[in-house]
Amino acid sequence: MEPSKKLAPPAWATKLLTWYCKPELLEDLQGDLNEYFDRNVKAKGVRKAQLIYIIDVLKFFRLYTIRKPEFLNLLISWIMIGSYIKTSGRSIIRNKLFSAINIIGLAVSMSVGLVLIAILSDVLSYDRFHANFNRIHRVISRYEYLGDKGNNFMATTSMKAGRLIKEEFTGIEEVAILQRGFGGDVKLNEKIIPLNGFWASNSFFNVFSFELLHGNPATALKEPYSVVMTETAAKKLFGNEDPIGKEVVFNNDKSYTITGIVKDPPFFSHIHFEMLGSLSTKELNKEIFKNEMAWDSVWDTWVYLVIPSSTDIPSLKSNLAQLSKREDPSVKNTHIELELQPLSKIMFGDSLGNQIGPVLGSTLLWVFGGLCFVVILSACFNYTNLSIARSLKRTKEVGIRKVIGALKSNVTTQFMVEAVIISLSALVIALLLFFLLRQHFLSIEPDIQKMFTLHLSPITILYFIGFAIFVGIAAGIFPSLFFSNINAIQVLKSATSFRGMNRITGRKILIVIQYCISIILVSASIGVYRQYQHYISFDLGFNTENVLNISLQGNKADLLKKELSELPEVKNISQSLLVTSVGDYWGTNMKYHGNPLDSCGVSFNSIDENYIPLMGHQLLAGNNFTAKADSVEESEVIVNTQVLKRFNIANQDPQKAIGDVLKVDGKNLTIIGVMKDFQYGRSNNKTSKETVFRYLRENPRFTNVKIQSSDLIGTHDKIAAIWKKIDPVHPFEAKFYNQQIEEAFAGLSATLKLAGFLAFLAISIASLGLLGMVVFTTEIRLKEVSIRKVMGASEGKLLFLLGKGFVLLLLISTAISLPVVILFFQNVVFPNTANHAPLNIFEMLLGVFVILCFALIMIGTQTLKVARANPAEVLKNE
Amino acid sequence: MKGTNLGEFEELVLLTIASMVNEAYSVAICDDLEKKTRRSVKLGVVHAVLNRLEEKGLAKSSLGEATNTRGGKRKRFYTVTNAGKAALLKSKELRDQYWSLIPELSLKRI
Repeated sequence: MEPSKKLAPPAWATKLLTWYCKPELLEDLQGDLNEYFDRNVKAKGVRKAQLIYIIDVLKFFRLYTIRKPEFLNLLISWIMIGSYIKTSGRSIIRNKLFSAINIIGLAVSMSVGLVLIAILSDVLSYDRFHANFNRIHRVISRYEYLGDKGNNFMATTSMKAGRLIKEEFTGIEEVAILQRGFGGDVKLNEKIIPLNGFWASNSFFNVFSFELLHGNPATALKEPYSVVMTETAAKKLFGNEDPIGKEVVFNNDKSYTITGIVKDPPFFSHIHFEMLGSLSTKELNKEIFKNEMAWDSVWDTWVYLVIPSSTDIPSLKSNLAQLSKREDPSVKNTHIELELQPLSKIMFGDSLGNQIGPVLGSTLLWVFGGLCFVVILSACFNYTNLSIARSLKRTKEVGIRKVIGALKSNVTTQFMVEAVIISLSALVIALLLFFLLRQHFLSIEPDIQKMFTLHLSPITILYFIGFAIFVGIAAGIFPSLFFSNINAIQVLKSATSFRGMNRITGRKILIVIQYCISIILVSASIGVYRQYQHYISFDLGFNTENVLNISLQGNKADLLKKELSELPEVKNISQSLLVTSVGDYWGTNMKYHGNPLDSCGVSFNSIDENYIPLMGHQLLAGNNFTAKADSVEESEVIVNTQVLKRFNIANQDPQKAIGDVLKVDGKNLTIIGVMKDFQYGRSNNKTSKETVFRYLRENPRFTNVKIQSSDLIGTHDKIAAIWKKIDPVHPFEAKFYNQQIEEAFAGLSATLKLAGFLAFLAISIASLGLLGMVVFTTEIRLKEVSIRKVMGASEGKLLFLLGKGFVLLLLISTAISLPVVILFFQNVVFPNTANHAPLNIFEMLLGVFVILCFALIMIGTQTLKVARANPAEVLKNE
Repeated sequence: MKGTNLGEFEELVLLTIASMVNEAYSVAICDDLEKKTRRSVKLGVVHAVLNRLEEKGLAKSSLGEATNTRGGKRKRFYTVTNAGKAALLKSKELRDQYWSLIPELSLKRI
């Protein structure tokens, strides 16, 4: 560094002074400070002098030194903005192709951004109607067995924790406890309707601001057998009668008194219910309640706290930690970790298990947000690229502006205004696209429709406009900086500007990035689609073809069976406890007499004697169940080979294992059959866990019907008619097995649809950008091409000359992005997913090939147009 | 309040400007005051006072020639205006009036 530079006062301080100081005072002040600085350098050293300089600059910031905002300048800016809008409008209209590419690209990408904003504004409006919104926290818990830290936090916690917090903790205003399982058929006189809801503690209405229309919020849920119904539910049941104090019968069993009518929960509430039952009802059954009060019964109770703003949250959390430390010993080998979750984080936060209703989860939002960002960025690249490419035509204009007296900042503003105008006009189209997209987005997954409305409010519109302006600025920032740095003399002196040409490398990089994004999105979508196809057509180990699973909803199976068997299309009927392979589990524990101390968990399904032949499960040894009366004690079990392996029964020989005894669920059951392993959980879960079939004795939950008919839908309708005869109350709930399996992967399919759609957008935008670039470059080289043609170059050669640069860019993008996708799948996705299909690189290449073909056609047609141009026409003009 | 009343420090600065004739600019005034009054005088304060004096019309300023020192920045030289001179005289007269009333003996007692 030069010595003179080192001795100078800090430049930023000088700049600051120049910025705030009145021009007429500035020179003298600067001089004084310099003089002092020189003096201090000699007396106290450079460092100290610089420090003093900085302090002095700050100290001179006084009323009399501050520059007053100049009215005239502001006025000029205002007048100029009008002029900017006019000139920008002209330039937009003059370059129709470029403007169209920019506006369409931005509109397409912004429409997705608008969906994201609408989602965010929906998410943020959740639960705001609670008066205590900022002070309500939910107690969440993590279940740890034998030190296995694999479990994530769940939204539920134990009833005991809720009670203890209420009784022992100080600094808690109110505790509300909710428990699932309150629901069923509600009967009033002869009218029966099914309703669902929660058990709720008396404090429910103190914590939440659900509006009670009739009844006393303080006592509505106090007495046992009290019910609070929503307005809609009460209307269904009572019509216009006054329901307060009336009694209704639940599930043909106990009668409850209606103590309150609550307004229907708002759409943006994370808790939805049709009725609430008083939690004190549950305490009456001492036996069951004792189990539910266990410390590790953390699966079906939600605890909400109202915490006064004066309470210190960290100390509250440490109290929770102490509570679990104290209570953990009451259950063997178990640790329950408690944590607080603010109400605002419920819709938006981590994806916890056991939610009280559907939640979005931040992961999905981040992924969607990230993809939106990428797509918008790509559109901004287009703008940047095309504007700078066009610079040849506009540098002169800028040069003249500068000569006339425009400052750097004026030029910057002008180009910013132009970008913002483009983005605002894009917003208009984006808004139209948004209305189209909204419907599709809401129907991607059933849950989404329950969570979002995506309605527009004045605030969202404001957000939209703000967003458009932001996008405009983001798109315009590089072009405007580029243009404002143009040297007027240079530009006006030489016929062509070479400054623009220097940026060619940068523009190429932007094109490569755009195509990388497109190729990554497309090939990743193809990869995920392959997995999805693989999962829904996965060989589960049994046959799901043409099987209709009817949810019995508490009806007697026999009656339905009798009616169904009269249909000619029905080939076979069986009963079962659950539908396997769609993500539902029933588990219990089992022991083997060979090793009495060893016990393990086992998944099971209870089935009747028709189930195995109907589903086509294969027995390796032994026999199927035989029909038995309900009263006969359970004594038989069919196991899979994993059970034999787990306990090493009969050296894992299926034949010999027959007749051995297993203790399942505390009962001694004889193994009467060994079946081939099948996929009990969803096909993306690990296969081959220990699974058994037990004989179903009473209350099957599903009737499985094998249908042999060419008209499946017609048969479905016939069965529905039969159902209506048997059970007029509950709607017919039946689905074909294959459809259920598809629904089990609804999340994956939704992600796929989103990713696919965004990939499509990314390609469109990148293609638009490329088109713009090709048109531009070929136009610039029109004369060159003509001269070459006159000299005798063939069309083919010209095509090669013009197109090779672009083709090379596309190849580079492919070479970068394909390996990225493949590595991502192999190192990140596959290690974490069971039963994945192998990566089909050929399919991905095909996808990329289609993109490239599309691009090549674009390049080809444009270059061909130029190559075919009549050289005489082009050259005669000069 | 653009009166001609002078504050103590203002009077000192104005006197300094008058005494330095054509060489009165901020840093020099600051140094001179420091030397004579033997108290630390901050540049910021002097600047503010100079600015105020000029606003009151008691002093006027003009920029000098650019020199090699001060990073090439010109100095702003101050001179006392007629109004300034009048104000100084008025303040001196006021003091003299009081001085004339003080008996010599009472001073000697200090």
